[in-house]
Amino acid sequence: MKHRTKMTGLMAALLLSTASFAQAETLRLLTWGSYAPEELVQKFEERYPDIDVEVTFSNNEEMIAKLRATGGAGFDLAQPSHDRIHAAQMEYDIYKPLDLSKIDTSVMETSHLEGVKANTTIDGEVYAVPHQWGTSGLMANKSVAPDFKGWGDLCDPQYEGKTSMRLKRTILLGTAFSMGHDPFAAYSDLDKYQQILDEVAEKLIECKSNIKAYWKGGDDLSAMMLSGEIVASETWDSTAYKLYGQNKDIVFVPPETGALAWIDTFALPRKGKADDAAYKWINFVLEPENVTIMSGSTGAIAAVKGGLDLLPEDKREAVTAAFTDADIANLKFFANIPAGVEDMEGKTLEKIKAATGG
Amino acid sequence: MQSDIKRLSLILLFAPFALWIALLIILPHMGMVVLSLREKVAPRVYEFGFGNYIDFINEPIYWNTLLRTGSMSILVTFLALLIGFPIAYYIAKIAGKRSRGALFLLCLIPLWVSDLIRAFGWILLLRETGVISSFLTDIGLIDQPIEFLYNDITVVIGLVYTVILFMIVPLVSTLDGMDNAMIEAGYNLGGNGFTVLRRIIVPYAMPGIVSGCIVVFMMTAGSYLTPILLGGKNSSWFTEQIYDQFITRFNWESGAAFGFLLLAFTSIVVWIGLRLTGQTLANTVAKS
Repeated sequence: MKHRTKMTGLMAALLLSTASFAQAETLRLLTWGSYAPEELVQKFEERYPDIDVEVTFSNNEEMIAKLRATGGAGFDLAQPSHDRIHAAQMEYDIYKPLDLSKIDTSVMETSHLEGVKANTTIDGEVYAVPHQWGTSGLMANKSVAPDFKGWGDLCDPQYEGKTSMRLKRTILLGTAFSMGHDPFAAYSDLDKYQQILDEVAEKLIECKSNIKAYWKGGDDLSAMMLSGEIVASETWDSTAYKLYGQNKDIVFVPPETGALAWIDTFALPRKGKADDAAYKWINFVLEPENVTIMSGSTGAIAAVKGGLDLLPEDKREAVTAAFTDADIANLKFFANIPAGVEDMEGKTLEKIKAATGG
Repeated sequence: MQSDIKRLSLILLFAPFALWIALLIILPHMGMVVLSLREKVAPRVYEFGFGNYIDFINEPIYWNTLLRTGSMSILVTFLALLIGFPIAYYIAKIAGKRSRGALFLLCLIPLWVSDLIRAFGWILLLRETGVISSFLTDIGLIDQPIEFLYNDITVVIGLVYTVILFMIVPLVSTLDGMDNAMIEAGYNLGGNGFTVLRRIIVPYAMPGIVSGCIVVFMMTAGSYLTPILLGGKNSSWFTEQIYDQFITRFNWESGAAFGFLLLAFTSIVVWIGLRLTGQTLANTVAKS
């Protein structure tokens, strides 16, 4: 009997303590490595003392996997790329529609806002708004590879053993463009897309002997590039901009067929518990002075009006060294990935990895 | 009253083990079985079936990778035994009482650093502009930097380095229990060094050898970081396939099936290994 009263006492204490936890609101962010710089988090918590910010760093695939595992619980704000929302929502139902009246959309660059809305509208409801955008393309060390300009140059024998790429979908799409196809247009006809993938696989298997190694993350890519072990590679623009800061010969090269552009967005997980705090965070990071801090950390350009001018000095220099207006006009935005495409691409990537080309 | 307390303490002692097995091993695995038997027919629509396992059989890339992973793991286990046995023998039998502890500690120290850092250590040493390559160029042995990284040999070296401790520890503890008189008796009866090793030391150390080999083989076949970071363009590892199925292809069903196939495959290899060497789990692992 005595034991029983002790137990109930303990339970009550436990309940009380969790109740007092619940009073201070927590904003649980699920975002990319550099998308929640300490400086901004502190500034935010100073402005809203009753909100605690918890950050989990992730990437597109893991974000979806995490939210899928819980049916959209455990986080209050996620930041997947614009092409990764529609299919994930259709298949796993992990997001909830946004209340656009709570977001200051007037500061956002109209083309990005409309693009993302068009990509993420399901049954008339909008599921995401843009945050930052950037591109995937090439980088080259201009002192040794001055003529590097297209995806196909990665396989050029004159750079044998001196190039690298990441074995993910970007290189499939880039190579398809360089072979004169439009893979995004083929999304609507998956048989055609499979044909393109087969051609791309053949080309990339042939190219294997030309590649030094497939890079797996920004760090090993940077090490290979800075040490001069490779002279050119497929890359994220932000990695190239960082390297430009250390060696002015290393520049981002938008491929002649157009750099592939992505927009990272704001989306609310379906079972998020702190929507108001999430909207506050969205509006907070869209304020001009915060945009500069954010871009300084991410190396990407904010999808707000005049986003380029709000970049920190060194990053803006790297961007203007890489892009002309024509390059910007030639950007290829990632199209929504229809169901089934990830599987097809995955199979193709496996085929390339398993082939003993060199 | 007395027996009640006894039973209670038994239950309390057993509870953590039972909970661990049930909640963290059996339950998740049952979830995985169910998951691996679902076939995706359309978004949010699933059917019961063996499709994921049939896909595996029909796709040579998958079972080639599994066989590759298996054979490389066997090679790693063999090398770990070959290198680990003399070390363990030295620590247990030859080294003095005082240096024994120090030597054992020296073997343990690398484990205080995580797998990831150790892999990066190898990368720094072996890369084209790394320590070894530049040292060899500096002393004039080679005139062009050599790339040691990104091939299967590097993966094997890295894996042996990561797992060898798990070979040494059980070997030391079994060899430690062996009476030196047995070795002396062997020599007295006219055996040479090799006969003593073959007829006395190895049979005595068998429990340690078997448990060490099983642990090392399982760890190698299930490792992820080392093969990914050190491996080259053609080095596929089966755990990487599982990761890809789960994370990049959102295909949890097939990932779960692959996970089970890896478990079944490694279990079969261990079983065959025991059979070929004429050992059983009961008189080896349970003894050590």
